[in-house]
Amino acid sequence: MQNSKLQSKIQNLTELTLTETLKGLEDKAFSEKELNEAYFEKITILNPKINAFLTISEDLQKNPRGIPAAIKDSILTKNIKTTAGSKILSNFIPPYNATVINKLEEQGVSVLGKTNCDEFTMGSSGENSAFGPTKNPWNLEKVPGGSSSGSAAAVAADLCTFALGTDTGGSIRMPASLCGIVGLKPSYGRVSRYGAIAMASSFDQIGPITKTVGDARLVLEWICGPDGFDSNCASSKFKVQSSKLRNDLKGLKIGLPKEYFGKGLDKGVEKVVREAIKKLEELGAEIVEVSLPHTEYGIAAYYILVPSEISSNYARFDGIRYGGTRVDFGEEVKRRIMLGTYSLSSGYYDDYYAKAAKVRTLIKQDFEKVFEKVDVIVGPVSPTTAWNLGEKAQDPLTMYLSDVYTITANLAGIPGLSLPCGFVDGLPVGLQILGKYMDEETILNVGEVYEQATEWRKEKPKL
Amino acid sequence: MKLTSDQVKKVAKLANLPLTPQEEEKYSEQLSKILGYVEQLNQVDTSNVEPTFNVTGLNNVMREDEAIPSLSQQEALLNAPQKKEGMFVTKGVFEE
Repeated sequence: MQNSKLQSKIQNLTELTLTETLKGLEDKAFSEKELNEAYFEKITILNPKINAFLTISEDLQKNPRGIPAAIKDSILTKNIKTTAGSKILSNFIPPYNATVINKLEEQGVSVLGKTNCDEFTMGSSGENSAFGPTKNPWNLEKVPGGSSSGSAAAVAADLCTFALGTDTGGSIRMPASLCGIVGLKPSYGRVSRYGAIAMASSFDQIGPITKTVGDARLVLEWICGPDGFDSNCASSKFKVQSSKLRNDLKGLKIGLPKEYFGKGLDKGVEKVVREAIKKLEELGAEIVEVSLPHTEYGIAAYYILVPSEISSNYARFDGIRYGGTRVDFGEEVKRRIMLGTYSLSSGYYDDYYAKAAKVRTLIKQDFEKVFEKVDVIVGPVSPTTAWNLGEKAQDPLTMYLSDVYTITANLAGIPGLSLPCGFVDGLPVGLQILGKYMDEETILNVGEVYEQATEWRKEKPKL
Repeated sequence: MKLTSDQVKKVAKLANLPLTPQEEEKYSEQLSKILGYVEQLNQVDTSNVEPTFNVTGLNNVMREDEAIPSLSQQEALLNAPQKKEGMFVTKGVFEE
């Protein structure tokens, strides 16, 4: 009798959103200790099935406190092992916190544990981790998406109040979509990258992975703002003015890029996304068909520019000051380092890197032109729902093509939100909302209006 | 664009990535395929287009020339595979 009551309490506490958790603590409905213990209990039972966490905080287990958050293992946490999903960092203990961690701790957040990810955040499925793939909580034979695979799975399985991920080409939005939860890639320059292990420095952003859009907005407020360590982190701090929050979408213009609904998009996913768009219309939005003509070149531009930046950033792993030797890099990491080294080497620089950087300008301009006519752009996040583990792992190019709808936001630097909008055969589908540079406010608001008018977040995976 | 095993060997050396001959073969196939795909960028007219290397457009972001707290020597050496007398041990550069 007591056991089932306890089970029920654990279940209830872990199902709370961040916002509900804060309210519950304020109302003294439960204590921080009970909250943390509930999550630890659940992790003990479920983590072996899904492999979301690589490390659980021993310190927090001994002294449960704060609002427990799961942190992607490519983000530095002082004195807590940080591996970035790589063998070469398997024993790395950071001597300092990433800025975002300090900011979260100031708000009373505690680091519950470090989540699994594709090695050095290079991947779209979670299968490139040196510590085994994370499984999708909705179907354990399927990928959770990557590279923030563990963070997304942890939020979907209610193993934390919220999580942090990073997004360079879709690594927050893709797993959020495949795991049926919310993921936000802020505008480039919104959140300091200090302490996030760099992948491609002109693309990387840290962002929230949460149970609701409101939670994502709150976490963004907490983590954003300049710290003097990221030269590109601009001076504008994000704070939502509640007076500007809308209850419906009247007067809002939503752009639908025709290139995002063409070949390659799974019919089932298209149907669900179009139904979501109809809902947006019901809520008062005006739908406008637009064109982003350089969409088809996005992947090619991305997979030259990003590996080039990677080849430069990864020179630091010399195995002298920390970490293992370069021979222990995984395949995807080696592939990208070599691709980048080749693209940047003399004789090829103009043909590859400079050319891709010019195409990047054209893609950025495509968005700027469209945003003169509409407030947000909406479409799918992923061309398909979660695929089987191992299905795309053999052919790198096939894996890269799944990023078609997400990489453009990173190329242009604009913010992108993924939120649940339905299911195909029991697997989640994410709706993507893209906004103007530094306009997280509008995309979050549109997301929240849609979320409140629908019931998708009430569905939970049966684990 | 076909990348030969020899070219892969050269690139791997530039990138300081030790590869076995089998790996050189495997990567030459995979990289050739990827490079073949990205070559479609040649179809795009980029005459009169400036490259974008940084979407924020920021340049030369400076701070005051003041010393601020940083890692202690002990913290910096925390993860060193080999250390001696408070320093990182590395291979000699000038050795015969």
